[in-house]
Amino acid sequence: MHATAAVREALVTNGKTVHDVTVDICSRVEEKPSKLWLASIAFALGLLTVGAYALYLLLWNGIGMWGLNKTVGWAWDITNFVWWVGIGHAGTLISAILLLFRQKWRMSINRAAEAMTIFAVICAAMFPIFHMGRPWLGFYWALPLPNTFGSLWVNFSSPLLWDVFAISTYFSVSLVFWYLGLIPDFAVIRDRATNKVSKAVYGALSFGWDGAARTWSRYESVALILAGLATPLVLSVHTIVSMDFATSVIPGWHTTIFPPYFVAGAIFSGFAMVLTLLIVTRKVYKLEDYITINHIELMNIIIIITGSIVGIAYITEFFIAWYSGVPAEQYAFINRATGPYWWAYASMMTCNVISPQLFWFKKIRTNIASTFVLSIVVNIGMWFERFVIIVTSLHRDYLPSSWAMFYPTFVDVGVYLFSFGFFLFAFLLFAKFFPVINMAEVKSIIKSSSEKVSD
Amino acid sequence: MEKGKKTYWKGLEQLTNDPAFVQIERNEFPEKLPLKDEEFGASRRDFLKMMGFSVAAASLAACETPIRKAIPYLNKPIEIDPGVPGYYASSYINGSDYCSIVVKTREGRPIKIEGNKLSAVSGGGTSAQVEASILSLYDKERLQNPTKNGSPITWNDLDKEVMALLSSISAAGGQIRIVSNSIYSPSTLAAIEAFKAKYPGTEVVTYDPVSNYGITKANETSFGVAVVPSYDFSKVKTVVSFDADFLGTWINPILFSKEFTKTRKLGSGKKDMSRLYSFESNMSLTGANADYRIAVKPSQQGALIVSLYNVIASKAVVPTIGGSSSTNDAISKAASDLWNSRGNSLVVSGSNDPGIQTIVNGINSLLANYGSTIDLGKSVNFRSGNDEQMEKFITDLSSGSIGAVIYYNCNPVYDYPKGTAIAANISKTSLSVSTSDRSDETTSVVAYQAPDSHFLESWNDAEPIAGQLSLSQPTISNLFNNRQAQESFLMWSGNEFTYYDFLKANWEATHFANQSVETELQTFWDKTLYDGVFVPAVSVEEKSYEFTADLNATAQNIKGSGSGLELVIYQSIAIGSGNQANNPWLQEMPDPVTKACWENYLTVSQAHAVELGIVMSEGNTQKVDLTINGTTISVPVVVQPGQAQGTIGLALGYGRKKAGVVADDLGLDANPFVEVKSGIRNYNITSGVSIAATGEPYRVAHTQTHHTHMDRHSVIQESTLAEYKENPAAGRHFPKISTSTGKKQPYEVSLWEGHTYTNHHWAMTIDMNSCTGCGTCTIACQAENNVPVVGKEEVLNRREMSWIRIDRYYSSDAEHGDLKALEKASENPEVTFQPMMCQHCNNAPCEAVCPVAATNHSTEGLNQMAYNRCIGTRYCANNCPYKVRRFNWFKYHDNRDFPENLSMNNDLGKMVLNPDVTVRARGVMEKCTMCVQRIQYGKLEAKKEKRRVKDGEVVTACAKACPTNAITFGDLLDSESKVSKSLRIEREDNHMRWKEERAYHVLEEIGVKPNVWYFTKIRNKEA
Repeated sequence: MHATAAVREALVTNGKTVHDVTVDICSRVEEKPSKLWLASIAFALGLLTVGAYALYLLLWNGIGMWGLNKTVGWAWDITNFVWWVGIGHAGTLISAILLLFRQKWRMSINRAAEAMTIFAVICAAMFPIFHMGRPWLGFYWALPLPNTFGSLWVNFSSPLLWDVFAISTYFSVSLVFWYLGLIPDFAVIRDRATNKVSKAVYGALSFGWDGAARTWSRYESVALILAGLATPLVLSVHTIVSMDFATSVIPGWHTTIFPPYFVAGAIFSGFAMVLTLLIVTRKVYKLEDYITINHIELMNIIIIITGSIVGIAYITEFFIAWYSGVPAEQYAFINRATGPYWWAYASMMTCNVISPQLFWFKKIRTNIASTFVLSIVVNIGMWFERFVIIVTSLHRDYLPSSWAMFYPTFVDVGVYLFSFGFFLFAFLLFAKFFPVINMAEVKSIIKSSSEKVSD
Repeated sequence: MEKGKKTYWKGLEQLTNDPAFVQIERNEFPEKLPLKDEEFGASRRDFLKMMGFSVAAASLAACETPIRKAIPYLNKPIEIDPGVPGYYASSYINGSDYCSIVVKTREGRPIKIEGNKLSAVSGGGTSAQVEASILSLYDKERLQNPTKNGSPITWNDLDKEVMALLSSISAAGGQIRIVSNSIYSPSTLAAIEAFKAKYPGTEVVTYDPVSNYGITKANETSFGVAVVPSYDFSKVKTVVSFDADFLGTWINPILFSKEFTKTRKLGSGKKDMSRLYSFESNMSLTGANADYRIAVKPSQQGALIVSLYNVIASKAVVPTIGGSSSTNDAISKAASDLWNSRGNSLVVSGSNDPGIQTIVNGINSLLANYGSTIDLGKSVNFRSGNDEQMEKFITDLSSGSIGAVIYYNCNPVYDYPKGTAIAANISKTSLSVSTSDRSDETTSVVAYQAPDSHFLESWNDAEPIAGQLSLSQPTISNLFNNRQAQESFLMWSGNEFTYYDFLKANWEATHFANQSVETELQTFWDKTLYDGVFVPAVSVEEKSYEFTADLNATAQNIKGSGSGLELVIYQSIAIGSGNQANNPWLQEMPDPVTKACWENYLTVSQAHAVELGIVMSEGNTQKVDLTINGTTISVPVVVQPGQAQGTIGLALGYGRKKAGVVADDLGLDANPFVEVKSGIRNYNITSGVSIAATGEPYRVAHTQTHHTHMDRHSVIQESTLAEYKENPAAGRHFPKISTSTGKKQPYEVSLWEGHTYTNHHWAMTIDMNSCTGCGTCTIACQAENNVPVVGKEEVLNRREMSWIRIDRYYSSDAEHGDLKALEKASENPEVTFQPMMCQHCNNAPCEAVCPVAATNHSTEGLNQMAYNRCIGTRYCANNCPYKVRRFNWFKYHDNRDFPENLSMNNDLGKMVLNPDVTVRARGVMEKCTMCVQRIQYGKLEAKKEKRRVKDGEVVTACAKACPTNAITFGDLLDSESKVSKSLRIEREDNHMRWKEERAYHVLEEIGVKPNVWYFTKIRNKEA
């Protein structure tokens, strides 16, 4: 028998040449800001202002401005933290793991995905700081800094401390990886620049890239090494975040399934966020030839897979709760589904488990509109997942006397909006001033995977 | 060492390497530190204490002029050691409540009240109100000057004007009245006698804010003595209570709780306990602790008591009585228990109907309880008010026949049902004076305010129970320009000596003269003052009393049960009659049963709430229109399981108008609804009551909003006496963990050996059979540990700061496993109280998760908090299975947003703060420390004497305050300590086991190994 692989669909369509790539991507950086962009950035700044007011109320008056209480000590703060960290998983996964697996379709999406990762991790990192009762001390007391107090040292058995290390490592590696990829593209913009300011700025940003064969060779080696370094981080960050819950004694938190379940969920939400952003960018910047339906379909397939893993994890939790024979654990799960927060659980199940299954239909997963809607639905679901885990587990734990409800306040919502405002603002700046697609990498597949060549 | 570098020696000893020098040099401080040794006057430690004191002294001085400098004593007063507390025996005399107390002072400031163990009247216990009264001392709403119509006046002018008016009224033959709550101070009465001698038209009118006059009246009919007798619950085997909340508010609950729970203690060979039947309408503390609780309407009470009499009468073979009677199984069961324990039983009724009380007397008399559990000779003088006198006074006042009235520390305008009549007619007198130490509804309508000193600033004596004397001594000099009322009486009667001299002279003439133990007056005086109490050798002559009432005639007047809705007006445990309403500790103290605070509300049964369409959750409820004999008010509803069908309850003490910033306009005033029936106040309104739903949403702040224990056996473990007798471990739940080698106890499954303690291992036991849920411990903790008050809004946000709380659980009728149904309490549930504070786990989940190790484990088993290190991630609170950690959501001190937090928001209030305990900053976590400051103090005191701490020397505030000794604190490494003995600790190669079958850890299955043990709740009921 002789098997022939099906001809792969082209990754870049419409016969784009190497020069077309340069023009299509660079012109976005070079042209004047569009009205749409200005409107968007104004909106982002508006969100940021509203959020900043809420943040001011929080920092000036105390954590009491949130709706937390003696029973529910974390709610929107850590929900947002885990949600943003989860979103921040897609970029590195796309650029590192897919690089190692030689998945070339990653090339046109990795830049934006990585940028999104960086911004999402910054958003995530805000919350552990803002949620502290005394952030003015906590932001550095949580670090193992030498001090004059002798044995006064951080507590290495606390998962929160592991978070500090995990997030900071992940952030630095992702940032370096992302920036490394930007260097050749910055050089292209620098070379095309017509005014002095651009030349100087992009010249500085491109670190004197000379495009020599040796430089390219080093560039590729470093990229590979960083990919190798970043790959375990993709898995470790959310594993450690999940340990904030898994190592505790609270029913609904104390669960060994959390690490893989959180990692799957993170990739799930990360891909959804990449899709949300790229579908808009693709449309606005007319990048349909680079980010094709094929790309979108592949990402949707990853969403089906991770969404199904997450769904299985939810069901497994229920099974284990029953199987464990622990009444408090059983109650925690029954309470999730049928208690006062049933609507959060129902939203989570609908958005995360049921809705991605629609992608089994080729028509749906290759449709831009439905993908866009579902990608947002998934992230709503993932926010509820964290809310369900945190709030519904805490609000009714061991002693019924302490059972309470959590009601968010304006400040809870406001600080979330602040992170959104920041994220949008940063992403819009990125989309305007940085090349949104990795030109260097895309150019490398023009010959092998462009329609013109395959014709 | 580098070549050529010189070496310097500290001395020849270093060069010669003298062994003694080497030894000394290793120490951080080469010379011995001067701890508090006799040969050293002041030391480093003293210096620090002095600094602490100076800050306190500055705040004390700030009451007059705002001096903010720390000024040390030039000449230290001999009785004040900075940093060393002084203890003074005294008496809590407030309204119609009494308690013998010991006041702890620091640097001249009273900061804590504890019970006086030598007292037979309060038995060493306190109540929440007694504990909280320390804060009332530092309330800036107290009157700070004598005033005339509200404007300040000097004492001289006031005396002149008052005496002139009194003389002219007296000369014209006018009537003068001194209106007061029960006066039971012999010397005060003597001072008033002196006043009467000067002004012959004077009469004293006494009433109590909450009347027990029905009992007095009934005893007059039954035995010819118009007294409220002493009840001795320590001997009882059976108690039947008809709406008498003797564990909460009835007459002398501190002593009754102590004595009653003595009969409920089990273990160390004692396997029997008393049985309590409670027939009541509202769910009271007594009903909550009853073995059998029968919900009845107030109008049914009389008939039930008649039938109880009849059942017992037939057993005693005496004629039964007529009248309406209604019997049920509970009555016949109660009757046979009573009959079997006659002489050791008690029937008590909270009714103020003399007829009902007479029949109760008849029952007690059939049961031969007089002379055993009831002592008519030892009258309760602090409840000697006379409603009929008061009614007559109001009539006289309204008719304008009274020339002058002096309100001696009472507030009838608020707390007497006809208060409005008193306020309206006060202008008909030529002189009206009030001696209340704070402005209230009465002081605001009288012409002269001659403010008395607070009881903690006063000299006084008291005879709360006939033959039981006690003294009061000032623990601080007058904070304001106040003068003791007794001194005012003496002054106005022309006697210009101080009340102290008068008091001492009075004692010299009476008690000193009648005793033979001490020969020197000063020795006798000092000793009595030191003890706080004094019992004369022949206190009360023994007398027998003959029951002479005509029961048949009395029974004819008892009506059968009504069919309409009935209102039962009650006192809440925290606020009582409302005279300490401006005390935020009491306002924020949750009611032991409803767990609501900051206002009163209508308690409504679950079935009734369904009819009204009210579902309560998280404090969300509705207001209803309550109509009582034509008057309609809008009042919030709290759904109360156990509320008798057809009844509703409303607490007194709220709806104050002139009490101060904390209490004004909280809740509704129930006093106007109290009926006065043939001259006696009646708190059961049995006709003309109706309520109508309005649908108006309202929120009542609760500290607990889920009321059942959801059948969680690892939380509440309980059994019945019969089962306990068969198996001491009855009711215990033994969780097992499945492992590869079979099922094991949770504590056997651990990767870690655990902490080892070599010096002390502090631990606590809590006997759920003794805990009545009264909440005294919670206020004691608040006072001891500077716990802030957060206000209604923040309690609604579920952010109260209490370090110790009392979880109250109702039973449910639902099947085990039916989780939805288990959330609903039974219509008449069994109640369990469980004090809950930091369990000081040996495997503490909080310690592991703090990123900065701010909460950690001490070498003595305590889970401790370093507030300074806390960054406020709240991870510890989330991971606490007992949810006892409290977070400082806001800055609670010096914050205008928390005006209710009196103890931290003004200089005067701050004087109550315990200088040994940090006031916590915003953003840090806090929780029970097991009073680590007391442990340290006890250890230091023992160290000075070069010995170990003895059991009982260190007692936590909660354990000390508990009137029922439910909480025991001690060292597990001391095999002679009470905790070790009660747990029957055994040790085997470093492993500790407890043998006491009743003792358990809450949530044993999660293996956190707490240092707090609970003893199973045993109910004396048939299964």
